[in-house]
Amino acid sequence: MDRETLQAAVCQLDSSIRPLEENADRAAVVVEAAALPAILRRLRDEPEFSFAQLLDHVAVDWIDRGQFELVYHLYSFKHKHFLFVSVFVPREDPRVPTVCRLYPVAEWQEREVYDLFGVLYEDHPDLRRLFLEDDWIGFPLRKDYQDDFMLDRPR
Amino acid sequence: MTVEVSSLKELVEQASGTSGSPDTQEYFVNMGPQHPSTHGVLRLVLKLDGERVLRCIPVLGYIHRSIEKISEHMNYMNCVHLTDRMDYLSSIMNNWAVAKAVEEAAGIEVNDRIRYIRTIFAELERIQSHQLWWGVLGMDLGAFTPFLYGIRDREVLNDVMEETIGARLTMNYVLPGGLMADIHPNFVNRVKEFIKYFRPKLDEYDDLLTNNVIIQERLRNVGVLSAQTAVQYGATGPVLRGSGVAFDLRKDHPYGVYDQVDFEVPVGTVGDSWDRYWVRVEEMRQSLRIVEQLLDNIPPGDFLVKKLNSKIKLPEGRYYSQLETARGILGVFITSDKKDEPYRLHYRSPNFNNLWCLEPMIKGDYIASLIGAMSSLDLVIPDIDR
Repeated sequence: MDRETLQAAVCQLDSSIRPLEENADRAAVVVEAAALPAILRRLRDEPEFSFAQLLDHVAVDWIDRGQFELVYHLYSFKHKHFLFVSVFVPREDPRVPTVCRLYPVAEWQEREVYDLFGVLYEDHPDLRRLFLEDDWIGFPLRKDYQDDFMLDRPR
Repeated sequence: MTVEVSSLKELVEQASGTSGSPDTQEYFVNMGPQHPSTHGVLRLVLKLDGERVLRCIPVLGYIHRSIEKISEHMNYMNCVHLTDRMDYLSSIMNNWAVAKAVEEAAGIEVNDRIRYIRTIFAELERIQSHQLWWGVLGMDLGAFTPFLYGIRDREVLNDVMEETIGARLTMNYVLPGGLMADIHPNFVNRVKEFIKYFRPKLDEYDDLLTNNVIIQERLRNVGVLSAQTAVQYGATGPVLRGSGVAFDLRKDHPYGVYDQVDFEVPVGTVGDSWDRYWVRVEEMRQSLRIVEQLLDNIPPGDFLVKKLNSKIKLPEGRYYSQLETARGILGVFITSDKKDEPYRLHYRSPNFNNLWCLEPMIKGDYIASLIGAMSSLDLVIPDIDR
């Protein structure tokens, strides 16, 4: 399936799924946070998609819009296709249901995002800091993060 | 719904406690961050019952340098130079991954000469990475000699690459738009000499470790990882192929000149540590084959198609690019907002995702098996922490 067909087929799955407005180099859709696990389950299990692996999970801090974008990057070994599934959550209260029951590797990928962005994953079995110490204050990859040890921006 | 955030201390306190039986007590032991077989600064908190591992909790961050945050304040040409500090045994491939991402996003086509040289260096680097891994695996399992053999042969290859690149470990060679320098005039001949030297050495490797009954006993049926678990736990590279999934980006999504060369992808059957061992030893043979096919046909041309300045700007959007390093898929995720710096740069590191296979692999097994299984994962810790 080429990129456009795949994107259209994924959007057919549910009325809440819409294509990503911004430019992306592969099929990309946006879903609502609450519907995420159900949609990922269908994308994983339905034979025409069979996205067996969660390749990557990335967060992007869109500070001007007041949102975090959580990108779930899926890959299908069977069809050799990729898909970005984006979820936008408000920066003030970033919450999203965990998908680690579907893709076990998400448990640690989500911990990384929690550690560096402070996104809270509901129902996560072991939500802890991953790289930083447990008593670290703040979330370093947020755009407005400040601490005493930061060097001046190289310019 | 409330979300509770716990800490390592809570986790350990919660999980400790006696199991009721008078003669069994479960306890926690720290392995690392200075343990020699954790290959750097990986710390494992092991929950043990006698010598059996009940739980294995990796604790990370001892070498976290926040490369992703630093990259947000750097232009794309500078980002390349941080990547060889991640997986230092695949440094050229890491450079290439960023270069590939920038080239694809900016629409730059490189010429055949650059593609050939990049592919040759990537394969040479795969060989030297596997040489080191092979030696270290022997050392982890208590045999010191293989380490000397592996390092001895790696030195020969390092000398060849040093002549062109100038560095021996964190090799900076690939840039967006080409290479930093052309290959050294001696390069082709010296690589040919190396291939002639190393082929018989691989048979020596087989005599020393592969056919060694102690090594076989230590690795066979130890750390079994089923294909399904490997996929679910995000494994890629030799770990995934050892579990019987014939997936290799070089075949499935070819880049460089991999679509023009003839090579096989070794695949395991059982998914135990032995299969992962065998896959890597075979990969060294296949890499030699690839290099041999390319060496005599390097086309003439420039080593840099376009002198990109530091102000290169990518069009707005999300870009993902990936390639197969010695350990699996290295992905580069770039979010660009039309500036000369990435808005967000994320590395999908192969080791980070492979590490989590460790617990399902060794649950209920002995600590000694954990060492062998961990060695067969071939972890590089700076790549996990980034």
